[in-house]
Amino acid sequence: MEERSTTRSVSDAGVPVRRRLRIGDLTLRGGTVAVSLGLVVLLAGLLVVLATGAAPALSQLGLSFFTSRQWDPVTNHFGALPYIYGTLVTSTVALVLALPVSIGLALLLNEVRSKWVRNPLTVLVDLLAAIPSVVYGLWGLFVLAPALNTYLAPFLARTLGKLPVLGALFVPTPAVGNMLNAGVILAVMIVPIITAVTREVIATVPADLREASLALGATRFESIRMAVLPYARSGIVGATMLGLGRALGETIAVSMVIGNGLGISASLLAPGYTIPAVIANEFREATSTGLQHSALLALALVLVVIALVLAGASRLLVRRSERGFR
Amino acid sequence: MTARKAASTLFMGALWVAGLVAVIPLVLIVYYVLLKGLPAVHVGFFTQTAPPPGVPGGGMSQAMWGTGLIVGMATLISVPLGVLTAVYLSEFGRGRLAVGVRFVAEILLSTPSIVAGAFIWALVVVAMHSFSALAGAIALTVLMWPIITRATEETLRLVPDELREAALALGVPRWKMVLRIVIPTAGSGILTAVMLAVARGFGETAPILLTSLRNDFLNTNPLQPTDAVPLRIYNYAQSAFPAWQTLAWGGAITLLGAVLVLSIGARLLSDRQQRRLG
Repeated sequence: MEERSTTRSVSDAGVPVRRRLRIGDLTLRGGTVAVSLGLVVLLAGLLVVLATGAAPALSQLGLSFFTSRQWDPVTNHFGALPYIYGTLVTSTVALVLALPVSIGLALLLNEVRSKWVRNPLTVLVDLLAAIPSVVYGLWGLFVLAPALNTYLAPFLARTLGKLPVLGALFVPTPAVGNMLNAGVILAVMIVPIITAVTREVIATVPADLREASLALGATRFESIRMAVLPYARSGIVGATMLGLGRALGETIAVSMVIGNGLGISASLLAPGYTIPAVIANEFREATSTGLQHSALLALALVLVVIALVLAGASRLLVRRSERGFR
Repeated sequence: MTARKAASTLFMGALWVAGLVAVIPLVLIVYYVLLKGLPAVHVGFFTQTAPPPGVPGGGMSQAMWGTGLIVGMATLISVPLGVLTAVYLSEFGRGRLAVGVRFVAEILLSTPSIVAGAFIWALVVVAMHSFSALAGAIALTVLMWPIITRATEETLRLVPDELREAALALGVPRWKMVLRIVIPTAGSGILTAVMLAVARGFGETAPILLTSLRNDFLNTNPLQPTDAVPLRIYNYAQSAFPAWQTLAWGGAITLLGAVLVLSIGARLLSDRQQRRLG
């Protein structure tokens, strides 16, 4: 269509109109296509390079890479279980803390009509997302962790720590860095992303549904519970997955407050270690002989595959939710 | 009946609490960074380089120049790539290729930053046998390219189709329409995208840690290991010397200031843009 309309324009030099126009169009189009393909190549290259680097460790260690607790550069044996465990625990804590806050905040921003409340709140939450992770880490190390260790940890040990099963999570330890600190910092960091995606989804809930429920006499709470949340459910699951992906991959802030301890402890008040943290700490010191670099690249590969799958699934869920399927 | 109303009031109250809980950390972080960072900031902080262990004074000038070098190169690489990808998606992209590219751009936004560092270490640092500012810039490009693409595509889509149709109806070729009408109209939106990406680049620690390493001295050679402000904060925060910890807070106030100014500036620009086009 457009192609035809452009070829009708007037020639100002001796060059045939059709040819000159097509060269310009083809160049721009070809150039942008090539660069766009470059982005796809970048993703493919990332996976190939990491897989190539990871191959020696994965082929020599096999499944024991994922199940062994021994991580020892001296004996050249690398088992990543403590890191996998620490990553899962801290991310779970982060989600448990961040989800109610994020969904509550997203609902609030949708319910409140006054722009004097909504705009500042939106800006503040967006700024939370802009804070560099090393600043979160610095604040976590010198302000948050001492406060949590002095007030929250003893309180949790005294109260929840006395419960039969749940108590195992809150056995006190003298460690300064622990998994609870890391979980709390992560929670603060993923609130903006979960809130933003949840808001996006809630905004697409048809107004008729809200109005119909209110017209039938529902209170605001009932209307949210019966009309908004069911409609937005799969989108909220998508938002959660995106938040989880962020939490799994966060490096610097976590490594500064988690204590970097190589044990597997049930207690959240004990030190832990995560996959990104061990990559950050050991990568530069690793020697070129032995499997250490390869093992660290294998961890990076595991991390990125999980993060990309979560991001992809999240995108599909959010899009489906926005189109109104359930 | 009253029980239902009470439940509703209680629920709305809980939403307000959630809003408050979400904002408190921001206030606390800014407060403590100002409180502990301001005493560290003086003229020497911006002119001197890293002090030896245990010696008071010193500054972060080598890290600031290093951050400028690394993020500057990353911006020069990622802006053209990001904008061209966005132009493809918004002006030409149809069919499977466009759907695929858009999906790749979206999921690349979720690449853990440490993974970008490990990838570029294996690709560039190993090949060049040296950590370098250039490797750091390429690692940041992996993160900044999708950010610029996403934000620029959004802003290009705000350009009214009437403008495009008017240009084409006057006989302007498509490529000229894109370069002379669409991109200038979206100009401040593209600037917003770049500012957001630069803010991200300033703050990233993990990718630079694995690619640019560190340097106690000022370095302007892109092929040598180079310092950066977030790297310094990370190293100093974990040291035992109070003087170094003070410097870390000084670095934090500089970094947070730069990032917040860029983010708020980007927001003001994009609000203005949306009012103008929407």
